[in-house]
Amino acid sequence: MSHHIVEVNDLRYNYPDGTEAINGLSFTIKHGESVALVGANGAGKSTLLLHLNGSLAPSSGSVRIGEYPLTPETLNSVRRTVGMVFQDPDDQLFMPTVRDDVAFGPLNLGLPVNEVDEKVITALQTVDALHLKNRPPYRLSGGEKRAVAIATVLAMSPDILVMDEPTANLDPKTRRTLIRLLSSFTHTKIIATHDLDMALELCHRTIVIHRGRITADGLTSDIFSNDQLLLESHLERPLSMQGCPICNRKKPK
Amino acid sequence: MAKIHHAFFDVSYFETLAGQNTPVHLVDPRAKVLTTLLFILMVVSFDKYAISGLLPFFVFPAVMITIGDLPLSYLLKKLFLVAPFAFFIGIFNPFLDKQTVLQFGAFAITGGWISFTSILLRFTLTVGAALILIATTGFREICLALEKFKIPRIFVLQLLFLYRYIFILIEEASRLVRARRLRTFNGRGMTIHVASSLIGHLLLRTINRARRIHLAMLCRGFDGEIRLMRDLKIQKGDYLFAGGWLLAFLIMRFIDIPALFGDLVMGLYP
Amino acid sequence: MHMADALLSPAVGGTFWLVTGGVFTYSSKRVQHEIDSRKIPLMGVIGAFIFAAQMINFTIPGTGSSGHIGGGMILAILLGPYAGFLTLASILTIQSLFFADGGLLALGGNIFNLGFFPCFIAYPLVYKRITNKRTSPKSITAASILSVILALQFGALFVVLQTVFSGVTELPFKSFILVMQPIHLIIGLIEGLVTAAVVNFIFKAEPEILQVADPLQQNDSKRSFGKVILLFACIALFAGGGLSWFASQNPDGLEWSIAKITGKKELPPPEQGIHSSLAKLQEKTTLWPNYHFNEPGIYDNAQTPKASPLSALKTGTLLSGIIGAGLTLLSIIGIVLLLRMSKPITS
Repeated sequence: MSHHIVEVNDLRYNYPDGTEAINGLSFTIKHGESVALVGANGAGKSTLLLHLNGSLAPSSGSVRIGEYPLTPETLNSVRRTVGMVFQDPDDQLFMPTVRDDVAFGPLNLGLPVNEVDEKVITALQTVDALHLKNRPPYRLSGGEKRAVAIATVLAMSPDILVMDEPTANLDPKTRRTLIRLLSSFTHTKIIATHDLDMALELCHRTIVIHRGRITADGLTSDIFSNDQLLLESHLERPLSMQGCPICNRKKPK
Repeated sequence: MAKIHHAFFDVSYFETLAGQNTPVHLVDPRAKVLTTLLFILMVVSFDKYAISGLLPFFVFPAVMITIGDLPLSYLLKKLFLVAPFAFFIGIFNPFLDKQTVLQFGAFAITGGWISFTSILLRFTLTVGAALILIATTGFREICLALEKFKIPRIFVLQLLFLYRYIFILIEEASRLVRARRLRTFNGRGMTIHVASSLIGHLLLRTINRARRIHLAMLCRGFDGEIRLMRDLKIQKGDYLFAGGWLLAFLIMRFIDIPALFGDLVMGLYP
Repeated sequence: MHMADALLSPAVGGTFWLVTGGVFTYSSKRVQHEIDSRKIPLMGVIGAFIFAAQMINFTIPGTGSSGHIGGGMILAILLGPYAGFLTLASILTIQSLFFADGGLLALGGNIFNLGFFPCFIAYPLVYKRITNKRTSPKSITAASILSVILALQFGALFVVLQTVFSGVTELPFKSFILVMQPIHLIIGLIEGLVTAAVVNFIFKAEPEILQVADPLQQNDSKRSFGKVILLFACIALFAGGGLSWFASQNPDGLEWSIAKITGKKELPPPEQGIHSSLAKLQEKTTLWPNYHFNEPGIYDNAQTPKASPLSALKTGTLLSGIIGAGLTLLSIIGIVLLLRMSKPITS
């Protein structure tokens, strides 16, 4: 498809104390793309994500979602289009039960209760968590919390999913389930992560951010084979591209 | 610390108890909240020397615990944990009120002992009723009931948020306390200075968490108003529950059942 | 120092429910008007924080025992008086429900004792006055310690008053208060030190938190504050006056109505407690000048002539009473057994 759906233009953001967090970022993400945002701790990934739905306002530059430039007037429709999954599900699940939490967004959209109930059920079914419906969030395991957090966003029927470290703190099996789930979504996906193997599986395109700037933007497989780039960006090849550590040991450099 | 950790464990245990499906659990929370308040009011309205008049009231906790399938020993343990306050305030009565009111052979029972016993009975009944309420109803349902009773929304939300994050913050606090203890030797206690700094750190983290939660709320269309899914439906059985108990309480309050029993028996052996 | 239901009379418990309810409703309105939507999650999470912070036990110097914070003043400082009051109320509600700390009837009194004084007395009259002139670590320290001590002294005083007015215990006003106030002076000093350190910590790390929290910086602060105090005074006078008139006519309102309903005074003439303690108070306060008691000057309860309701009992009635009590308990056990037996059918 040709129409541009996320467009970031020369975005800059300074912290209140004046430190530069984002230093002139520009990129365009098209409909249906899956893009990984990778980079060192503090490179500016999370800050960038917060700009994509207007949680932070840029110091200069602009963000465009679909046809709308992101302004205070378009904020509400943008937030409906861009679903944000936060890094810590405990920040996202603040209501007394899973059902209340998934219903929170649709109720805010002003939908009638029976329609809200349908949305809740569909969203929970999608993430395979319908059985958790009446549980309080503190009674969920890490993986269940993550799934429900995603459901809370899905219930808003967004076009774009923005995720911050979706696989952090998950055990390998739960991580695998989550990756399978995410790959089944047709949404445009923007995923900030340190889990490069997941990025390799889910995202055909990768943007590398270093100190608030984009240092590379291209095919994931290309970027993850560029050792020089990875080294400079405090990254390394995904484990699946490193070869078998036992039978195929690399010579130490 | 162990004590609060236990208390915290209790909270989630209560949640498990409240998740049961007994007939008592299925009663509308409004009926249960109201009944509990009436019960407490009736119990404390007895005069301070009342003992026998209070006894029939034990039927309420007894029935609720039986039908509600609650662990009696656990509730009693909780009761004893908080007993000291009532006990230590009440224990002065026998020393201050020494007037003999009963001569029972060589035993002289003073008014103080009677009123002390009465305090302990009241304590057991009132605290027991509150524990039973939470163990048969669950916190979210109580909050929904409060909202229906026109308690300001902001407060109901406050209760729900507080309850939601107790679990997480207690976990964070215990990590801080553990981290300090692991680097402290010779069993030295925590100085006020260190404690203040830990509390300060915890507070900063808490405030930052509140900011993130607020962001997450905004992302899902929060506009200052929280809409809850209300699924309370009051039914005939609920009216029956509250009405029936109210009737029972009134009868027990105004008719001295033990005295009736006593007279009956004594009447048989004049 | 949470009051317990068992020690309260309905008149006192009810009075404080009304008073607290009034302040509570007003505070809710104020918070809802602030429109700062950030406060909704903030209040809840900070309430949870107070619970969590109570896990952090510290050694009290010179005693070898340990303590934890209460947190009322921290709430007032971080959230402002109205939101602080509501948050404290929610903490106490949860404590009374889950930890059986205090009680439901006593909840009104407990919220009043622990919430009203820090938020509406100590915060505006002490803390704000000192820190408004100059906000510095020193002024924060002084203001925190003084305001915590003041709030706790008031709180302790009201625990004593509520206990004595209820008349369930025999504790004489004078000795109770002589124990409570000094203890709470020490507690207040320690709590004040911790509060000061925590507030200073925040002041150094993120001073804007303290400013955002404070709705009193708006201009209408003085007026609305006067309103709260006035409102409180009115409800207190009305409720306290009304209920104690009721109590003075017939020490226990409910029993009075029972006598009317049943047409006989089957219940013993209600306790001396409220009468005699009111009498003791009367001497000092003359708040209720129309009380007439036999010997209002006597502090020693044991000497107060007392027509104990039980003194009329004879051994015969006693025996009947004991048998009756036994039978009552037996029938309750019977009911339980019956329920047990029928259970498999119902469930």
